[in-house]
Amino acid sequence: MAKNLKEILVDNSNGLVHMWLEEVAEKQKEVTNSAISQDLFENTNREFVNIIFGSVEKESLTSDLDSFTERVINLGWPLSYLTDGLQLFKRVAIEFLIEHEELDVPVPKVLRHVDELVNPIINQLVNEYSGSWENTVSLQRVALQELSAPLIPVMDNITVMPLIGTIDTERAKFIMENLLDGVIKHHAEVVLIDITGVPVVDTMVAHHIIQAAEAVRLIGSTCILVGIRPEIAQTIVNLGIDLSKFPTKSSLRKGFTTALEMTNQMIVQTNSEEQTIEELIDSLDRSKQS
Amino acid sequence: MDFRTCVNIQKEWDIVGARQFGRDFSKKLGFGIVDQARIATAISELARNIYLYAGSGKICFDEVENVGSRGICIVAIDTGPGIKDISQVMEDGFSTSGGLGAGLPGVKRLMDEFDITSKTGEGTEIRVVKWVR
Ligand SMILES: Nc1ncnc2c1ncn2[C@@H]1O[C@H](COP(=O)(O)OP(=O)(O)OP(=O)(O)O)[C@@H](O)[C@H]1O
Ligand SMILES: [Mg+2]
Repeated sequence: MAKNLKEILVDNSNGLVHMWLEEVAEKQKEVTNSAISQDLFENTNREFVNIIFGSVEKESLTSDLDSFTERVINLGWPLSYLTDGLQLFKRVAIEFLIEHEELDVPVPKVLRHVDELVNPIINQLVNEYSGSWENTVSLQRVALQELSAPLIPVMDNITVMPLIGTIDTERAKFIMENLLDGVIKHHAEVVLIDITGVPVVDTMVAHHIIQAAEAVRLIGSTCILVGIRPEIAQTIVNLGIDLSKFPTKSSLRKGFTTALEMTNQMIVQTNSEEQTIEELIDSLDRSKQS
Repeated sequence: MDFRTCVNIQKEWDIVGARQFGRDFSKKLGFGIVDQARIATAISELARNIYLYAGSGKICFDEVENVGSRGICIVAIDTGPGIKDISQVMEDGFSTSGGLGAGLPGVKRLMDEFDITSKTGEGTEIRVVKWVR
């Protein structure tokens, strides 16, 4: 064999690039995304095919490949852009080699050889892509977890945990941990769990709330369940769930009043404060007149 | 009769998908806020039981009619282990998973009609109906 297959491919890279670009453009017409500019498509395609050739030529995976994948991910393009592109490259290369006259290599061997050249690139891209995707998901998970069970120490001894959104098993565990940690850290005598933002309270959610309240009681504090919307109250009754072991209130406001009583605290509005507010308003008036 | 729509239950978050669908559907049928909450809760119970005890299954939705009144029909179907003693699982407080054991008897109270058929080793089908008042 005068020249090996790889050399033939590299020698004819201009023609191959041209064929590939046409095929890719054709394919991308089927899935046109008007949000992506034609220029961006063409430039990315060009870069992609150069990177493929770079890897084929060196028969090793270049770091260009990784940074290219990263950019495709950041653009939010699907994995299929990369895999389709490489499949097309295989097809173009195989068709070209089979029709190439100087070559008398049997077709199965051509197929195998092209596979050996291109498959490592596909594997690398898929690994890179899925790796950074997993990374994104796990970061979002952390972000969600931080949002999922916030504790607000509103004043001495009183802490509020507002829950918003669906509670699944994982979140329920997180709520429990955060609640106990928080009660200890803030020396909370009373903790108000506000479920105004929880769309459905089923037996699973109720069970977790009951367990959380029980655990809070065991470390010497009291849990008050607040924000029970009328329709939620009805479904809890229908389910036959007993919430009588700890106080429940319809609103955060009522729960807070109870919490103040339980901790022997009062909120008083002092006269002097009223005066200063009045003075402030007066001074605003004066400034308007002048 | 309408085309039946089904939501597959495989992952925990499919439960949320099923009950969201049920809530939208019941809103369209004219149910009030309280009944929408009852229906969503019932779906949550049935779907979670499928997820916990059968592994996978589906929740199907239908509109039903009966002399002048409309309603929603929900069927929970799985091919899991089935239930040996139905009267036992319908008791308040019976649970094999350390739960409250309030799910099935609760669903019966949340809805207007409740039918359960189950065969050990073959699966479970629970059909519930709620009428618009
Ligand atoms: N689809 C099912 N397939 C097999 N067994 C089931 C199925 N649904 C319920 N069961 C059995 O019936 C029991 C009672 O179910 P039920 O929903 O009433 O209570 P639970 O799921 O144990 O607790 P929870 O109060 O959280 O719902 C379950 O513990 C389980 O053993
Ligand atoms: Mg249950």
